[in-house]
Amino acid sequence: MLDFILLIVIYIIIYSISSLGLNLIVGYTGMLSLCQAAFMGIGAYSTAVLMTAGHMDFWLALLSSGAIAALCGILIGIPTLRLRGDYLAIATLGFGEIVKNVILNWDSVTKGPMGINGIPGPSLFGYTFTSMEKLPWLFLLLFFLAATYMLIRVMIRSRVGRALEAIREDEIAASAMGINIAKYKVGVFTTGAFCGGLAGSFFAAYSQSVAPLTFDFMMSIMILCMVVLGGLGNSFATVIGTVLIVIASELPRLLGISHIIPAQMNQILFGFILVFMMIYRPQGIIGRIKLNYGKMMKDEILHMER
Amino acid sequence: MPLLYTKNLRREFGGVIAVSDVNFEVMKNSITGLIGPNGAGKTTLFNNITGLDFPTKGNVFFKGEDITELPAYKITRIGIARTFQNIRLFREMTVFENVMIGRHFRGNHPKLSRNRLVNFALGMVNLKMEEKDIYENSIKWLDFFNLLPFRDEYAKNLPYGRQRELEIARALATEPDLLFLDEPAAGMNPQETEELMATIRKIRDLGVTVVLIEHDMKLVMNICDTITVLNYGQKIAEGTPGQIQNNKDVIEAYLGKSDD
Amino acid sequence: MDLFNIPANELIQHLINGLTLGAIYSLIALGYTMVYGILKFINFAHGEILMLGTYSGYFLYYMLCDPTKGGSYVIIAFAVSLLFAMIISAILGITIERIAYKPLRKAPRLAPLLSAIGVSIILMNLASLMFGTKSKKFDYPFDNTPIHFGDASITPNQIMILVVGLIMMVSLKLFVDRSRLGKAMRATSENQAVAALMGINVNSIISLTFAIGSALAAVAGILIAMEFKVYPTMGQLAGLKAFIAAVVGGIGNITGAMVGGILLGLLETFGVVIIGIPQGLKDTIAFSVLIIILLVKPSGLLIKNRREKV
Ligand SMILES: Nc1ncnc2c1ncn2[C@@H]1O[C@H](COP(=O)(O)OP(=O)(O)OP(=O)(O)O)[C@@H](O)[C@H]1O
Ligand SMILES: [Mg+2]
Repeated sequence: MLDFILLIVIYIIIYSISSLGLNLIVGYTGMLSLCQAAFMGIGAYSTAVLMTAGHMDFWLALLSSGAIAALCGILIGIPTLRLRGDYLAIATLGFGEIVKNVILNWDSVTKGPMGINGIPGPSLFGYTFTSMEKLPWLFLLLFFLAATYMLIRVMIRSRVGRALEAIREDEIAASAMGINIAKYKVGVFTTGAFCGGLAGSFFAAYSQSVAPLTFDFMMSIMILCMVVLGGLGNSFATVIGTVLIVIASELPRLLGISHIIPAQMNQILFGFILVFMMIYRPQGIIGRIKLNYGKMMKDEILHMER
Repeated sequence: MPLLYTKNLRREFGGVIAVSDVNFEVMKNSITGLIGPNGAGKTTLFNNITGLDFPTKGNVFFKGEDITELPAYKITRIGIARTFQNIRLFREMTVFENVMIGRHFRGNHPKLSRNRLVNFALGMVNLKMEEKDIYENSIKWLDFFNLLPFRDEYAKNLPYGRQRELEIARALATEPDLLFLDEPAAGMNPQETEELMATIRKIRDLGVTVVLIEHDMKLVMNICDTITVLNYGQKIAEGTPGQIQNNKDVIEAYLGKSDD
Repeated sequence: MDLFNIPANELIQHLINGLTLGAIYSLIALGYTMVYGILKFINFAHGEILMLGTYSGYFLYYMLCDPTKGGSYVIIAFAVSLLFAMIISAILGITIERIAYKPLRKAPRLAPLLSAIGVSIILMNLASLMFGTKSKKFDYPFDNTPIHFGDASITPNQIMILVVGLIMMVSLKLFVDRSRLGKAMRATSENQAVAALMGINVNSIISLTFAIGSALAAVAGILIAMEFKVYPTMGQLAGLKAFIAAVVGGIGNITGAMVGGILLGLLETFGVVIIGIPQGLKDTIAFSVLIIILLVKPSGLLIKNRREKV
């Protein structure tokens, strides 16, 4: 039982790293991306291939996986981000399909439908992490979650966050204020993709295997639900949303009734969350936190002058 | 040489010729009025100059350089700012934040602005100093418009006239050489309009060249040095307020031909 | 004439296949484009409206007759089922708009988009719960033996797809261009506020738009069902590709949707035979086309580049 709870917590943390990245894209900047799972898939497969076929060290593979996902983010972002938001939604949806198809068909590298097994666990100071011992994993992941959280926090509380807020409010006005919108959007999208890549990499290293159909459209929707449920544009809320969604999807297993409840129920729940939240509580259960940059800055300057 | 001029600028929307081969000139340190009946193409001309829209044909020159193809954010960075006919404030942001956004790109140290990321990594960008600069300048512009008491209000909660002022403050925070105002007095009462006239003169006295679209003839005739008149996309007249008031074509454009 | 070393007769065969596929895409794309024209948002649930319409037609069809027996009764039953599918889809489209989109008309752009995605997921999974994930065969109401001419052949169903597609598209175009309601639709998509001032009931026009788009999707769904099969996720990929077709033609533009659909159908077919893209990656063609179009001409082939009015 305890083991199972630890497992859920581990999933929560891995998904949180990914959903925080998505929240940066959707919540803070107002762009709809439907391929966060694909970025995770890219990260997971990069790690799997680099560590099994390439015999790369996990930490290097982790970084590479993030970087590869980020690179894909740039590639998809540059053509679409100049355009209206809906195009991004469709392009990312299409991108997700492409990633899935490529993973399925690129047999020589991804082993196609079979997936990749036997991914070694990461080692640190001579200790090797395995999915048997969950507690060390939990601390490791917690460290990375905290790092992601802080990175985003610092970014949002700076002039970057202020510019993102302006872009979300009115792109035309923001560009008339000298803000290079495309640069910020591509930057944010890339950062979000990077987070997805990291999460995917951990996913692969923890499960020690990857399968092609894991990272499908429904997983992207699940991550989107985490962001929407907690509250768009609020990192803390996103983590709460992630906790709720992961628990909700694991609840049947937790209660031992997973065989009665069909998998579709979960997805129907996600669908309802999206519709219901948009109509009745678009700000999410916790809501957006409006930073007051003017006050923040004043405090800081007073602090500086002291 | 004019500070800014367009050469045969033309903008077509499908079949509609919104701006038809217009040569428009703005002299340095002047206040230039752009008038014309509704749908004459005034806003379209603004948009084409400020990079929010691009001409079908023709060019825009600023300080002697061709800026026709530059996107909006670059236009702003070289010193042209603007306001919008239908106010486009960041409504859910505070008054102060609106002005800070105007100052956003100026926060970059001018010598380092090219490779911000690299310089940032090298520790060459002092974020704190930048922010201090943004802060102090924003205060300055809020003060200029007596908006300081409202600094923590959301922009959407300001009275209409105040919103128009805030939009100008935000534009000025970009430190422009040339400021375009699209109907700044729209929706203002006579007293507010009066104050606005004084403000515009004050802005000009700071060394900022002003171009404004306005339907309020009293305001235009009062403060403009030169006026350009558009009708159906074409420039039908330009000159001093006195010349414009007595121009036959202009009177016709506004009142319609006497025989129909 | 040998193009890329493919003999002429094979080329004609691929042309026929590409055109039929394209006609189906066009029919679906029309729904996306009409809704986008009026509400400026992507109706993500369009594919599921198609799927549910198809299922309802399917059930009625097999309730009314045994298609394997053939005969004129089967054809009548098929026609009735097709009409039924169109009606169900239309009602579904209107209902979804009323419940999930209408409250969000003034909300930020993200909101209706997310809501639409939600609706799409709910419907898709409900269908797979109720009807099972196994795909169902939809028997032809007529003898579908291919007709040969030279070395190429065409099936009666393909002929039907082309004919039905053509009739639907032409009548829709005439309706929108010529009829009073069509004019009201165009006025609404041009400017809702002005249309309302002119005495047009904007809500009814929006419902009408959803009804027509959804009914066309049901037709496309039945045609797909006969060519391929009926299954809960049938609307997903078809919908996505049709949307791409709409973007290629120029979203919001009815002729554009037709042209885009045909073009995409041809590209997919010829992409496999001429460029030699492996079957498994066939679906990537559409997405690559999307990316290229977004890069080169984001407003679509039939619309002049236009910027948002400031
Ligand atoms: N994005 C656009 N798409 C199509 N037509 C446009 C667009 N922008 C402007 N027009 C058309 O161009 C013409 C000029 O419009 P513009 O807004 O420039 O006029 P204006 O002189 O600013 O009028 P007003 O005094 O009412 O603000 C009008 O006929 C208008 O309908
Ligand atoms: Mg105007």
